[in-house]
Amino acid sequence: MLYRTAGQFKTSYKADMALFPVRQDAVLLAVILALVWGVFPLLASEFAFQTLLIPILIYALAALGLNILTGYAGQLSLGTGAFMGVGAYACYKMVTLFPWMNPVVAILLSGLFSAGVGVMFGIPSLRIKGFYLAIATLAAQFFLVWLFEKWGWLYNDNASGAIQVPNLDMFGIYVAGPQASSLVQYYVVLAVVTLMTLLCINLTRGNLGRTWKATRDMDIAAELIGINLLRSKLMAFAVSSYVVGVAGALFVFMWRGAAEPNLFDIPLSFRVLFIAIIGGLGSILGNYLGAILIVGLPVVLNTLPQALGLPISSATVEHLNVMIVGALIVFFLIIEPHGLARLWALIREKLIIWPFPH
Amino acid sequence: MDGSRTDDSTEGQETVRDEGHVVAEGRRIGPVLMELRNITLRFGGVVAIKDISFDIREGEIRAIIGPNGAGKSSMLNIISGFYTPSEGALLYRGETRPPMRPYEVARLGVARTFQNIALFEGMTVLDNVMTGRLTHMKAGLVAQALWWGRARDEEIANREVVEKVIDFLEIQAIRKTPVGRLPYGLKKRVELARALAAEPSLLLLDEPMAGMNVEEKEDMSRFILDVNDEFGTTICLIEHDMGVVMDLSDRVVVMDYGRKIGDGTPDEVRRNQDVIDAYLGVAH
Amino acid sequence: MLNDIFIKPFADMAAAPDFLLQVLWEGLVSGILYALIALGFVLIYRSSRIFNFAQGIMVVFAALTLVGLHALGIPAWISVALTLAVMFALAVTIERVVLRPLVGQPDIILFMATIGITLFLIGGGEIIFGGENKVMITEELGIPTGSVLLEPWGGLLILEQKDITAVLVAAALVVALLVFLNRTRMGRAIRALGDDHQAALSVGISLQTVWVLVWFIAGIIALVTGIAWGARAGVSFALEVIAYKALPVLMLGGLESITGAIIGGLMIGMLEKLFEIYWGQPLLGGNTETWFAFVLALVVLLFRPQGLFGERIIERV
Ligand SMILES: Nc1ncnc2c1ncn2[C@@H]1O[C@H](COP(=O)(O)OP(=O)(O)OP(=O)(O)O)[C@@H](O)[C@H]1O
Ligand SMILES: [Mg+2]
Repeated sequence: MLYRTAGQFKTSYKADMALFPVRQDAVLLAVILALVWGVFPLLASEFAFQTLLIPILIYALAALGLNILTGYAGQLSLGTGAFMGVGAYACYKMVTLFPWMNPVVAILLSGLFSAGVGVMFGIPSLRIKGFYLAIATLAAQFFLVWLFEKWGWLYNDNASGAIQVPNLDMFGIYVAGPQASSLVQYYVVLAVVTLMTLLCINLTRGNLGRTWKATRDMDIAAELIGINLLRSKLMAFAVSSYVVGVAGALFVFMWRGAAEPNLFDIPLSFRVLFIAIIGGLGSILGNYLGAILIVGLPVVLNTLPQALGLPISSATVEHLNVMIVGALIVFFLIIEPHGLARLWALIREKLIIWPFPH
Repeated sequence: MDGSRTDDSTEGQETVRDEGHVVAEGRRIGPVLMELRNITLRFGGVVAIKDISFDIREGEIRAIIGPNGAGKSSMLNIISGFYTPSEGALLYRGETRPPMRPYEVARLGVARTFQNIALFEGMTVLDNVMTGRLTHMKAGLVAQALWWGRARDEEIANREVVEKVIDFLEIQAIRKTPVGRLPYGLKKRVELARALAAEPSLLLLDEPMAGMNVEEKEDMSRFILDVNDEFGTTICLIEHDMGVVMDLSDRVVVMDYGRKIGDGTPDEVRRNQDVIDAYLGVAH
Repeated sequence: MLNDIFIKPFADMAAAPDFLLQVLWEGLVSGILYALIALGFVLIYRSSRIFNFAQGIMVVFAALTLVGLHALGIPAWISVALTLAVMFALAVTIERVVLRPLVGQPDIILFMATIGITLFLIGGGEIIFGGENKVMITEELGIPTGSVLLEPWGGLLILEQKDITAVLVAAALVVALLVFLNRTRMGRAIRALGDDHQAALSVGISLQTVWVLVWFIAGIIALVTGIAWGARAGVSFALEVIAYKALPVLMLGGLESITGAIIGGLMIGMLEKLFEIYWGQPLLGGNTETWFAFVLALVVLLFRPQGLFGERIIERV
């Protein structure tokens, strides 16, 4: 009876279009929000912040950005890592050029730069489709990472070639750099991620979302019913790259603390792609589920042998991790190609009709 | 759906009627809405359409018939801007239409369905029909992201229009069903709903009844007539079933091998010797 | 500035034609290996619509297996045979465990599955063989390691014998593949599959057999490239990057074109070397080979969306 919807009637289209037409969904969300905003930060250890909470949120946000482009608008991208890099470097340049700038504002602005670069690399998408486009996004991936390395201005010509996050404060509290506490950083990340998620939910359920999905499902028909494909695709590139760029800025400023160019290389792009696909393309929730799995799994695997007292070297564990993640990807694709979000939807449907299945 | 009423009360307009089917009282055929002049279409060496001229009048049901490969779909594709004619001109409301991208044509008020269903399979019926409204929605990115102001008002207003179309075509029950799960006949109907939702001034239907059983065909014929009667929508349709064509249409263009071999009321066309020859052996 | 971009490089080329030849030769050696890998991609794509991202790691895996087996004291040529057996087992396993359950899924799902395979092989390879750089058993395989000196126009051109061997072996393999594809029943079935599944099935060969076969061919190609590249740069996971280079080749040549893969591979191999030497190093700080091929392919595709050798895509409704 947990998910009974009987007795919940909609009396207006407005009510039917509410974010959570089913009351139980709203309750569930309220519980989750209470947990992440109130309970987790109280209980979490430094280790939990750094290995689970903060990275899960950031990776989920990056996957959300990618999902807009690939899951909603149907344009496969393999260059997410590089666009995260654009966001991170843009943020770095802003806070070092304008030290008075509010760091959160800088993070939100840095997305604009990656959006611009994203649109530039998105222009070919009108003519290049499918896997050809995916390879084309690799051009962005390799070119941008090369640029991060060669263009000294980007990292203020540091001898190390890396960017180092300085101490940044907001109203007297350190939010980034070595002095910042994990708790504060967690809240900053959580606030940004919550805001972005809300905006993305609105975009994807409205007119733009339908435009994207139409472009994805059948581009010729989409154009014939009045969709300007170039505009629709570029809009997807812009919004997606914006979100990805913000995630990239958070990634370096709120979590890693420093970054070298190769941090944004292909493995990062793929990790984000896994999260989006295992979570579920064309889903918002899926990004979170995918991030929990992909970020959480190695942590579990790392602590497991110790807990069991197995004498396995940490390098072996690392490699086992990679192997298991690979196997899991195949496994999940086989049991549910539409991802964890679809799995949850199925469970939810069962709950709605439970305990009277017919 | 009132926005698309095109019955103008121009006196003295010639009214083309076919005694064979019931025409609502007072339904009028207006002036020429779309005129095609000397259209030729080539694909490399293949001539798909050869020097064809005809017009579509406001408020009428205009049929295009012809054997397979005659060039009928290509003709609709030219009207909807998917193909650019190699020669010839299109006139819309008396003015030459410059070459346009398909989406621009759609924004002029031309909506269509497809010979091979072209629905958005990953979306629900409701969302598919809502896409028909997107030429009517103007809210910007920020308003949409915030679900505020114009974006929300538009969403509600257009949802109302869409719900009317859904009621009209009797597909309320499948509103929230993903289109991919629907049977063929219903998909055809959803496609019509998407086109109608645009409140088009010209509706193009490419074989709306292909592959349907008798009952489904009757339903579809009724919907097409009702759309034309109730909203005065101009319709240009391609259909192979002669019985249906004769019942529905005001005027018929007959094509064969890319040429026009007949044009007129169903009765005239039926008596045309060229048409009889082209259809020799085909019962009608 | 304009001089540096448009005039000086060509002046340099004219001034030292022997060096230009040297550059082109190096490009050719890489190019033929790119072509080979691209061919592996094309075969798998044509027969199953799978964009096989694991091709690169298969190169590493094959090379590591070979070196690893030899390190156990197994004679070189027996190691090669055993490695081929391992690649065959890999093909069968992939078909059984991954492809068969995923038949009919959207392209992107199959593509992701090959990335899953990639990760699995990376992790597994590291555990079994360790991550450090190893030396390819070049001499043990009887590959000559000296070099040939030529003196065109009184200049100097150095051709490493192992490069010559690589080019010859790769060329021979390409020819063998072409013969196989055009002359044998099995080969024709693979090609037909790209055009029409029904037609291919009517030849009387099961889809499963074809898939195992193309993945095995991809495995053979991986071993040959692994040996050739390993002889130049050592054997490590860094080898994987050469498979990325096959991707722009596919863009240029078309995912389904066998000719395209070969010509595209040679073109990209030589052009990226030329660009690096004459423009990249003097003007851009070097290392442009990481992206040049991709950007080139991107630009070409902007003007010819079907690639250089693909057929024009006709869209209909
Ligand atoms: N994009 C295209 N490229 C090349 N030839 C085309 C193209 N579109 C149509 N044709 C050719 O033009 C001719 C007319 O095709 P069209 O689809 O218009 O016929 P049709 O009358 O709709 O036939 P059917 O009843 O089978 O739908 C055919 O010979 C077809 O092969
Ligand atoms: Mg047709």
